Amino acid sequence: MAFYVVQFLTGLASAASLFLVASGLSIIFGVTRIVNFAHGAFYMIGAYIAFTLTDRFSGAFGFWGGIVVAALAVALIGVLVEMVLLRRIYHVPELFQLLATFGLTLMVQDLVVLIWGPDDLVGRRAPGFKGAVDFFGQNIPSYDLFLIVLGPVVLGILWLLFQRTRWGVLVRAATQDRDMVAALGVNQKWLFTSVFAVGVFLAALGGALQIPRDAVHHAMDLRIIVEVFVVVVIGGLGSIVGAFVAAVLVSELNAFGILIFPKISIILVFLVMAVVLIVRPWGLFGRPEAPARRTPGLTVNPWRPLTSNERLAALAALVVAAALPLFAGNYALTVGSEIAIFVIFAVSLHFLMAVGGLASFGHAAYFGLGAYGVAFLAKMAGLPMIVCLLVGPLLGLAGAAVFGFFAVQLSGVYFAMLTLAFAQIVWSIAFQWVSVTGGDNGILGVWPSSWAASPSHFYWLALGVAALVTIALRIAVFSPFGYALRATRDSALRSEAIGINVKRMQWTAFVIAGTTAGIGGALFAYLKGSVFPDNLGISLSVDALVMVLLGGVETVSGAVIGAIVYKALNIWLVSQTDLSKLVLGAFIVLIVVVFPKGIVGMLEMLAQRRKGSSPPGSTLLAKPIGSAE
Amino acid sequence: MRATKYFVGAAFALLAGGMASSVKAQEIKIGEINSYSLLPAFTEPYRKGWQLAVEEINAAGGINGKKLVVISKDDGGKPADAQTAANELVSSEGVAMLAGTFLSNIGLAVSDFANQKKVFFLAAEPLTDAVTWSKGNKYTFRLRPSNYMQAAMLVEAAAKLPAKRWATIAPNYEYGQSAVAVFKKLMSEKRPDIQWVDEQWPPQGKIDAGPVVQAVAQANPEAILNVTFGADLVKLVREGNTRGLFKGREVVSFLTGEPEYLDPLKDETPEGWIVTGYPWYSIKTPEHDAFLKAYQAKYNDYPRLGSIVGYQTIKSAAAILAKAGSTDPEKLIAAAEGLSVGSPFGEITFRKIDHQSTLGAFVGKTALKDGKGVMVDSSYKKGADYLPSDAEVEKLRPKD
Repeated sequence: MAFYVVQFLTGLASAASLFLVASGLSIIFGVTRIVNFAHGAFYMIGAYIAFTLTDRFSGAFGFWGGIVVAALAVALIGVLVEMVLLRRIYHVPELFQLLATFGLTLMVQDLVVLIWGPDDLVGRRAPGFKGAVDFFGQNIPSYDLFLIVLGPVVLGILWLLFQRTRWGVLVRAATQDRDMVAALGVNQKWLFTSVFAVGVFLAALGGALQIPRDAVHHAMDLRIIVEVFVVVVIGGLGSIVGAFVAAVLVSELNAFGILIFPKISIILVFLVMAVVLIVRPWGLFGRPEAPARRTPGLTVNPWRPLTSNERLAALAALVVAAALPLFAGNYALTVGSEIAIFVIFAVSLHFLMAVGGLASFGHAAYFGLGAYGVAFLAKMAGLPMIVCLLVGPLLGLAGAAVFGFFAVQLSGVYFAMLTLAFAQIVWSIAFQWVSVTGGDNGILGVWPSSWAASPSHFYWLALGVAALVTIALRIAVFSPFGYALRATRDSALRSEAIGINVKRMQWTAFVIAGTTAGIGGALFAYLKGSVFPDNLGISLSVDALVMVLLGGVETVSGAVIGAIVYKALNIWLVSQTDLSKLVLGAFIVLIVVVFPKGIVGMLEMLAQRRKGSSPPGSTLLAKPIGSAE
Repeated sequence: MRATKYFVGAAFALLAGGMASSVKAQEIKIGEINSYSLLPAFTEPYRKGWQLAVEEINAAGGINGKKLVVISKDDGGKPADAQTAANELVSSEGVAMLAGTFLSNIGLAVSDFANQKKVFFLAAEPLTDAVTWSKGNKYTFRLRPSNYMQAAMLVEAAAKLPAKRWATIAPNYEYGQSAVAVFKKLMSEKRPDIQWVDEQWPPQGKIDAGPVVQAVAQANPEAILNVTFGADLVKLVREGNTRGLFKGREVVSFLTGEPEYLDPLKDETPEGWIVTGYPWYSIKTPEHDAFLKAYQAKYNDYPRLGSIVGYQTIKSAAAILAKAGSTDPEKLIAAAEGLSVGSPFGEITFRKIDHQSTLGAFVGKTALKDGKGVMVDSSYKKGADYLPSDAEVEKLRPKD
C-alpha cells in the first residue's frame, strides 16, 4: 500500500513540474492565440541561467534567489521578444507566429551551446531539500514534496490573479473575446505583453526548478514543448485548472502505467490526448471556440487561376528546372530530387491549410505512411518500383481516411493537436513494432530500379510528379469541390445552410492531402533507399508547416516556393556551417518580420499595389460579415 | 579537319585528366559525418580527436606522400540528412571513403548507402550489432566495440556477483533493447539460476525518473542493469540516490564510465557500479601516454572517449588508405580486412570475417574522488576476446 501512495506522490511531483510550464503556455495561448513554440526554449534558458546563478552564489539565499532571478531575467527576455518581434505580427494569419517562435527556438538551441558549452550540466541540490522522507519504508525525496506543494500554490496564486485583480478580469475577457476587449478601449498591446511576460516567467521558473533533479542541456526544450502542449490541450486551451488536472492525469497514468506496460511512456500522453479529444472535442475544461472573426480567405485578394502569361512563366520555370541535369552534378540533382519531393509534401499540407482552413500538426504521418507502404511492398512483397510507387501511397490514403474522419470533427488548434496525436501514435507503432518495421533501425535497401537509379532520371521523375501534383491540386482548388471547400473554410455555418456537408468536404480534403503526402513519401523512400520512423516524426511535420507558412498560407501555391527556399537553405546551411540552426532561425525570424504574409503572399501584395487596386476594400467587407455570425 | 577536331579534343581531355590527377596527387579526402548539432557533448571531443589525428598524419608526411584532408558534415541526428551529407561527400567532394556516425540508425543508413553506391565506410561509433552482423555488408567496417562485445565484458564481471534477482532499466529504442537482450542472453547462459524481476523502458531523453526508480525498487531486485546515459542517467542517478534505490544493490551499467557521462555526475556519482568506460587518468601504457600528451598539449583539456573514437577512426582510415595505395573501394576493402593498426589502447585488428575491429573497452568500478566521479580497479578488455565464434558470426552475417 505504502508503495502505491509513494508512486502517487511521485506522479504528483512530475505533474507539478509539468503544470508550471503548461500553465504559462495556456495563459499565453488563451489570450494572444499565439502557438508559442518557443515556450520550451524559455524553459531551457531559465534552467541555464539558474544553473549559472546558483553555481555562483552559494547558500540557501543564493539558490532560491538564483531561481527567482533567473525566471525574472527570462521573463524580461520574453518581454523583449514580444515587443520587438511578436507585436509586429499579431495582425497576420494565425499560426504565422508559430513560425516566428520556431525560428527563435532554433536560434536558442545553438546559442546555449555557444554560451554554456556542449556538456550536460548538473546543478546543485536545493538547500534544505536534499534528502528523502521515510514513508513506511519507502523514500520520497523532500524536493518532490516541495514541488507537490508548489503546484497547487501556483495554481492558487494564478486563480487569485485572474479572479481578483483588474488585470485578471481583462485577461479573462480577452481570452473570451479579444475584439470586444479592444473595442472597449483596453490597451491590448500592454495586456498582451504582460500576459506574455507572466507566461514566460512560469516557463522559466519551471525550468529553473528542474535544476536539483535534472541535467541542464541543449535539448531540454524539445523534450518538454510537445508534452506541455498536449497537457494544455487535454485540459482545454486557456483553462489553468484544466492544465493542472491534465498534468496530474498524464503524470499519474504514466506513474502507474509503467508498472503494467513499461514501454507505455513513449506514447502515453498522445493516447490520452486522442481519447480526450474524441470524447470531449475542446479538452476537459475548455469551451467551444468562438467562431473566428478573421478568416484568411476574406482578407486577401480573391484567388484566381493563373493568367495565360503566368502559365507560360510557370511552364518556363518548369523547363528551366527540367534542364538542370544538363549542367548540374549528381549531388545537385539529388538535392533537387529531395526539394521536389518536399514540394509535393508542402503543397499537400498547403491544400489542407489554405484551401480547407485545417492546419495539421501531424502531416508527416501520411508522408511516412507512404514511405512505409513502399518499403513493405518492395521488401516483403518484392514488387517492382513502378507498382510500389502507385500502390504505396494508398497506405497514406488509408491512414488519412481513418484519422481524418475523427480529426475533422474538431476545429482550430484542437484539430491540429488531434492530428499530432495520431501522427505520434503511428510513429510509435513504427518505432515499437520492431519485427515488422525494424523499429528505429528502419527498413533498409529500398533502392530504385535501374531505369530510375541515375540521379538525373530520378530527378526528372520527382520533378514530373511534383509538377503534376501541384497542377492537380490547383485544378482541385478551382473546381466546384474547391469552391465548396473554401466555403466551409470561410464560414462553416453558412455553407451548411446552403446544403454543403462541411464534415464530408473537410474529410475529402484531408484524404486528398494525405494521399498526396503519401506520394511524396513514396518517392522519398526510393530517394533515400531506406525508411525510418523519423519519416513520420514531429520534426518533419513542423518542417512542412514552416514551408507552408514561409510560402504564404493565403496564397494558392505559395508552398512551392516555401518548400524550395526552406529545404535548399536548410541543406546548404547544414553543409556549410556548424551553426546552421542559428542562421536558419535568424533567417526565419527575419522573413517573418519582413514578409509577414510569407514570401509569395508578400510578392502578390506588392504586385497588387503596383496595379493600384486596393486590397483594404476586401478587409472592410470581411468585418461585418464575420461579425454577423 | 575532322581529325584535327579529334586531336584537339583528345589533347583537352588529356590536359583535364592530367590536372585532375595532379590535384589528386596532392590530397586524399575522407568524408566524415556525425551528429554534431544533436550530440555536442560527445561530438566536440570526437572532432578534436580526429583533428589531432589529421595533424599527426600530415606532420608525418601524409598518406604515401599525399596530404590527408577530412571534410566533415553534420547530420543533425537524422538518417535522411546523413544520406544527403554522404551523397554530397561522395558525389561532389569526391572523397575516397566515408567515416563517422554516432547513432545506430544513422550508421545503418550510411552503411546501406555505402553498399548501394559502392563506397568504403568506416563506422566510428554506432553500437548496434546489426552494422556488422544482420545488416552487415562488404563496404562497411566498424571501429567501436559493439553492443554484444560490451555486454559480454560486463557479463563476465556481473556473473561473479551473488545477486540472483535482476531488474533492467534501458532507453526504449534499438540500442537499449538490444543491449538488454544480449546481456540477458549471455547472463542467463552463465547463470541459469538468475531471475529477471522487472524491466523499465523510459523513452530516450524523456525519462520520468521518479516513477521509474520507484517501480524498480518495488520489484526488490538484488542487482540492476542500467543502459541509460546522458541526461537520462543524471536524472536516474539523482532520483535513485535520493530514494535509496542503489543502497545494498549491485548495479551494472553500460557506458557510464565514459567521461562524457560520468563527469557531469560530479559529487553525486554512485559508487561501486560495474561499468564500461574510459579512465584516461589511470591508463599507463606508452601508446596512451603519447596520445594523452599530444591531446593535452593541443587542446589544454583532457580527452573523452569521443576523442579516442575520433582519433582512432582517422588513424585507422589513414592506415587503410596507406596500405591500399589506392582509393578504389575494392582495394580499400582488401587492405582493411585483417589490417592491424596501433591505437592508444594497443594494437587493434579489423576482422576479415565481419569487419569488426578488435578495439576493446575498460571495465571497472565507479568511485568518488575529490568530489568527482572516477573509474577504479579498471582493466582493459580486448575486443577479440569477447566476440562469438567464427561459426556463429557466419550464421549472423548475410553472405556478401
